[in-house]
Amino acid sequence: MTADGSRPNLPPLSLHVPEPKFRPGDAVDFADVDVPPAGAQRRPDTAAAPDSFHELAYTLVRVLDDEGQAVGPWNPRLTPDTLRTILRDMALVRAFDERMFRAQRQGKTSFYMKCTGEEAVAIAATHALASDDMCFPSYRQQGILIARGYSMVQMMNQIYSNSGDVLQGKQLPIMYSSRDDGFFSISGNLTTQYPQAVGWAMASAAKGDTRIAATWCGEGSTAEGDFHSALTFATVYKAPVIFNIVNNQWAISSFSGFAGAEATTFAARAIGYGIAGLRVDGNDALAVYAATLWAAERARTNQGPTLIEHFTYRAEGHSTSDDPTQYRSAGEPTAWPLGDPIARLKAHLIAIGEWDDERHAAMDRELAEQVKAAQKEAEKNGILGHGLLQPLDSLFDGVFEEMPWHLKEQRQQMIDEETASGRPWARKS
Amino acid sequence: MNMIQAINSAMEVMMARDPNVVVMGEDVGYFGGVFRATAGLQEKFGKTRVFDTPITECGIIGVAIGMGAYGLRPVPEIQFADYIYPALDQLVSEAARLRYRSAGQFTAPLTVRSPFGGGIFGGQTHSQSPEGIFTHVSGVKTVIPSTPYDAKGLLIASIEDNDPTIFFEPKRIYNGPFDGHWDRPSKNWSGHEGGAVPEGYYRIELGKAAVVRPGEAVTILAYGTMVHVARATIEDMGIDAEIIDLRTLVPLDVETIEASVKKTGRCLVVHEATRTGGFGAELSALVQERCFYHLEAPVERVTGFDTPYPHSLEWAYFPGPVRIGEALKKLLKD
Ligand SMILES: Cc1ncc(C[n+]2csc(CCOP(=O)(O)OP(=O)(O)O)c2C)c(N)n1
Repeated sequence: MTADGSRPNLPPLSLHVPEPKFRPGDAVDFADVDVPPAGAQRRPDTAAAPDSFHELAYTLVRVLDDEGQAVGPWNPRLTPDTLRTILRDMALVRAFDERMFRAQRQGKTSFYMKCTGEEAVAIAATHALASDDMCFPSYRQQGILIARGYSMVQMMNQIYSNSGDVLQGKQLPIMYSSRDDGFFSISGNLTTQYPQAVGWAMASAAKGDTRIAATWCGEGSTAEGDFHSALTFATVYKAPVIFNIVNNQWAISSFSGFAGAEATTFAARAIGYGIAGLRVDGNDALAVYAATLWAAERARTNQGPTLIEHFTYRAEGHSTSDDPTQYRSAGEPTAWPLGDPIARLKAHLIAIGEWDDERHAAMDRELAEQVKAAQKEAEKNGILGHGLLQPLDSLFDGVFEEMPWHLKEQRQQMIDEETASGRPWARKS
Repeated sequence: MNMIQAINSAMEVMMARDPNVVVMGEDVGYFGGVFRATAGLQEKFGKTRVFDTPITECGIIGVAIGMGAYGLRPVPEIQFADYIYPALDQLVSEAARLRYRSAGQFTAPLTVRSPFGGGIFGGQTHSQSPEGIFTHVSGVKTVIPSTPYDAKGLLIASIEDNDPTIFFEPKRIYNGPFDGHWDRPSKNWSGHEGGAVPEGYYRIELGKAAVVRPGEAVTILAYGTMVHVARATIEDMGIDAEIIDLRTLVPLDVETIEASVKKTGRCLVVHEATRTGGFGAELSALVQERCFYHLEAPVERVTGFDTPYPHSLEWAYFPGPVRIGEALKKLLKD
């Protein structure tokens, strides 16, 4: 109302509800996705103030060009051996995902999540970190464990919740945890790991350690309060932490617009906090590597946190419980303008004369065999469908360091029930 | 010492003993906390061990979990228990389950301190008693002292404990015991047996209740401020009640409770938190399950009402001597 109480002659308000560009059946055209040329972005000194390179939060840092050449100031100049290792790890994750997805479909476990199309995000970043830096991943960074050489059999044991599962069947499949490998226990509650990573990094700094922390969340998850709390803490204490936002365009069926993508980039979230922000071609393993290395150097030299948005695409369903054809065009994954991370690194290695199609095919065959062998090995310890594979009373272990009376009482009740029923469950005591 | 000083002393002792103990929270650093519980600690132990945080409770607890995973022993303060809700997910889904979900690879040895309870004209947002939320969660311990001596010993034990602990400080008795009569001048802790607090290290084991006053007629189960209110009430009424200060709700000292109720045959549960689904319901059920054939009357509960804590009417809300007295009369009728 105006001061004199009359109503203005404006049309009524309307509510904006974001809508993705393409739905099932639509033809896909990603022409409006701005893909700047590789090598065009400057690489600031790692000691530069975050406000001196704001434009890097709005563009895409890219190294691999369309001809498969590595160009520009962000080229990390990796040796062919390192490039092949990264390629191999990415291909291994893909083979692993394929096999475990099928295992779920065969009823061997309850659930699985692939990272197809996003392999570079976890693999290249892990290779750019030190092996004892602590990672606080989300559920789509299985590549960290693969890149750190964690046993695939162990991973599968966890997926099957079998007798070899180091987590004693207490976690959902893929919610790995390996302290020795710098891999923090994954939570199903989105983005809770963000402030935890900051706390770990702050502790490391307070103790005069040299290790840093890195954490990952999806673009959809940036809407969680924990995300913003974490960024506030990190900037306040200049925590040595790398925040990774994996912008794979979709949060289950909600496109990135529901996390605010229509208004700005996710990397730009950094700017309001005074944090260094980079937006990176997430399907370019070399760009991911270079950005991570740069951010790690900033962290290690007390320049504080860096936020990296990895612009990528979730090529497959959200999980085994999801059917993406119900909400997005089937043409999207193939039309994605940044291509496939494995194909792009492969093309680069071929372009520099360090790889060829035959070797690649042989590698794929070898990896498939390796995964198959691991699966065979893991299945010796059982699969989820084979009844209870954990000692029954381990159900009560680890709620507290020492078991209080009420848990002991409940454990006894459970054992008594079992005894009365005559079911042949294994027992620890 | 008053309870604030005792709590301060516990943190000082533990920070001196263990370089991994860190204190964090809104205003806890330079200023020493709005209740002054952390006063002087930053000066003694430096800014990297005692520091102010941004106003984000979810951040405070999330960060503390990460620090705990690193190997520190964080003692985060939530300024008022009413503000623990923004941190609830980090406490309930993360801290409480980290050991379980990682099969012991990672733990969250936090001690979350927070002033709680009413009786200070704090209104809805500075008076709540959310302990029942935490006793309902598997994997966190809940500790509530009722005297300065206990506060120090229990806080030391909580900080040493490798599990996440919620340490609720009854702020109505920070400065002295309280008889539940809002219009009487409050006492201070000097002269009270719980006010004599040694300077150095000592601990009170978690999971052990205290028989505050032995008696034969009825068992009163209470914690925090209510221990004092109950005690004043039975003294006024001349009732030979046995008062048990639970001290920790999880783990609970069920043996002491059971022995007492079997002896007296009657049981009154008192707490300030809202009634429905409160910890009193759990206590009442436990007593019925374990002592039913010894009971001479149904277990009674005296609690706050199932309303938000009202500002001007807080003394009507508060479970004071009148409400406790009525319940006792009912319990002791025949
Ligand atoms: C706190 C919380 N809310 C909701 C969910 C359910 N959920 C699981 S994954 C997901 C989508 C996450 O999307 P995004 O952050 O973009 O990550 P992506 O799966 O694409 O990698 C949702 C809503 C959850 N696990 N936790």
